[in-house]
Amino acid sequence: MSNIQAPTRNEAFAKRLKKRYAAERMFKLAGLGAIAFSVAVLIFLLSSMALNGLGGFQRAELSVPIDLSEYGISANADQFATPSTVQALEAQGLPDIVQISAVTALGEDGASELSSQAWRDLAAQIIANPELARGPQTFNLPASADLAAGLNNEGSPEMQSLADQLANQGVLSENFDFGFLQRSDATDPQLAGIWGALKGSILTMVVTLVLAFPIGVLAALYLEEYAPKNRWTDIIEVSINNLAAVPSIIFGLLGLAVFLWIFPNFRSAPLIGGMTLALMTMPVIVISGRNAIKAVPPSIRDGALAVGASPIQVVFHHVLPLALPGILTGTIIGMARALGETAPLLMIGMRAFVATPPDGFTAPATVLPVQIFLWSDEIDRGFVERTSAAIIVLLLFLLLMNGLAIYLRNKFEKTW
Amino acid sequence: MTVIHPNLKQTDPKMRASDVSVYYGDKKAIDEVSIDIPSEYVTAFIGPSGCGKSTFLRTLNRMNDTIPSARVEGLIELDGEDIYTSAMDVVQLRARVGMVFQKPNPFPKSIYDNIAYGPRIHGLADSKSEVDEVVERSLRRAGLWEEVKDRLSDSGTALSGGQQQRLCIARAIAVDPEVILMDEPCSALDPIATAKIEELIDDLNGRYAIVIVTHSMQQAARVSQRTAFFHLGKMVEYGKTSDIFTNPIEQRTQDYITGRYG
Repeated sequence: MSNIQAPTRNEAFAKRLKKRYAAERMFKLAGLGAIAFSVAVLIFLLSSMALNGLGGFQRAELSVPIDLSEYGISANADQFATPSTVQALEAQGLPDIVQISAVTALGEDGASELSSQAWRDLAAQIIANPELARGPQTFNLPASADLAAGLNNEGSPEMQSLADQLANQGVLSENFDFGFLQRSDATDPQLAGIWGALKGSILTMVVTLVLAFPIGVLAALYLEEYAPKNRWTDIIEVSINNLAAVPSIIFGLLGLAVFLWIFPNFRSAPLIGGMTLALMTMPVIVISGRNAIKAVPPSIRDGALAVGASPIQVVFHHVLPLALPGILTGTIIGMARALGETAPLLMIGMRAFVATPPDGFTAPATVLPVQIFLWSDEIDRGFVERTSAAIIVLLLFLLLMNGLAIYLRNKFEKTW
Repeated sequence: MTVIHPNLKQTDPKMRASDVSVYYGDKKAIDEVSIDIPSEYVTAFIGPSGCGKSTFLRTLNRMNDTIPSARVEGLIELDGEDIYTSAMDVVQLRARVGMVFQKPNPFPKSIYDNIAYGPRIHGLADSKSEVDEVVERSLRRAGLWEEVKDRLSDSGTALSGGQQQRLCIARAIAVDPEVILMDEPCSALDPIATAKIEELIDDLNGRYAIVIVTHSMQQAARVSQRTAFFHLGKMVEYGKTSDIFTNPIEQRTQDYITGRYG
């Protein structure tokens, strides 16, 4: 026995074994490298966004002392409760009051150093707190775009020195701009806000979810559980897979040609945007839903059938609850894609300049990615930071959606 | 043709299959099997792998309906009613003919809900107390009550394999079936769990007509009173278990039980 050399104990085998381990180490290193690269890219992206974008949440503001009571703007709370309060304040001469106060406080160029729409900001402040109109107060009002650029060491040299001078006097400063999350689009970067686009995105996503989720899940259930396996279902399956790969702008054209033809009055509306994006999201939900349903072990179906559950009870009591985590994951992937989608929405008119937040599903609106696209196109330097800030808002919105998805998935996940 | 042992007294059968053939597509999996299944005994189907005994078992509560290519010919009756006519509702049939599978397949729900599921969907127990009663009775009959009574809300999948299988048996008897089909119920279990299941089958014998498919001849000998030997899709021999094992008529049966093949 001992003179027979086992084939696994000779030199050549040891060599081959070494080679196998080397191959494994190489593979591990390559994988690690790939992960390190992606993490580095992600960190670079997030940090550059954060650095640029944080500036977008601030704006240059001038401190202007104004005594509104002196000009007869009354502090009657009832007066401020009506919807047309801003017009009423305009009629009472608020724009002129702001200009006169600016000239008094900052010299004869004072009026032009403020944003031309600064009075609207003041109006919003006193509507929020009528007490401010009672007596002399110092208000932080948005500086003009040129002055704001000067404060960032951009624009003309005169403006830069003026900005430095005003900043040294303590009159001009960068303040955190809560209004950015409350206002809508504006031509002046100092007055632009993201709320209009954010609300547009939320409304659009609601429409997309309400349409795509039930249709997608029902289609997936039918195809997996009921449809006979024949040529027709094969054709449908191939079509759905192809649909998921269709470039999104084509869906935009479809929305333009079909939905806007049916509802011509709802141009730019979240309703139409949501319907268009639902078309795009549905195939993703169907595909992931079918995979999730396929992954439900047949033994569970057998068990339910064997105690006499009808096919629909098997589906709704057993298959669907077990497939739900997978379906939700697919839904969120689809929704996240829809949330970041720009092209199809451009086609159906959601790229309009919309200065007021949409008050319903049929009101003209824009969405976050389109707003980012529009701002990135602006000439005014002030929009660069606003664009980054808008990107941060979009990413946070996405993060929130994904977080919700993970929470729901863990909640419904069951083991067997 | 099938050899029926002459001393097998054919009483009024619970289920009767007459010339049943099953096809998967073009392939004939079961070839003209005829058998009477008595209500008062445990009937065992034995035979080598792939001989069609499980396929035949699944025709008895129409579980083969879920396989699109499967086709059944011949007549299967439950208490004299043809179960493959449209007059027989398949949901009702499966409530009357329950089934336990090879691999324990409790629902990923609580132990309580596993048992309560059948009675609930059939509306057999509505109030909380009625359902409680059914759950306790079923678990007691399945010999599982003492082990799980304090953790009924735990997941059924958290039990051990043998307990899971007894849970599945309890789930099957919760709807008070007339027949229980068992498809190799112990093949995934260790000897101790197997012994418990066999004991349980003994206890249930008489209350329900039981048909068990098994790989193990010893198991068939231990738990059944009637045995049918299947080979290559045909039923070769059917008789009292004692006769089949001690006095087989067919050479193939003889070879199988003496371990020449299998």
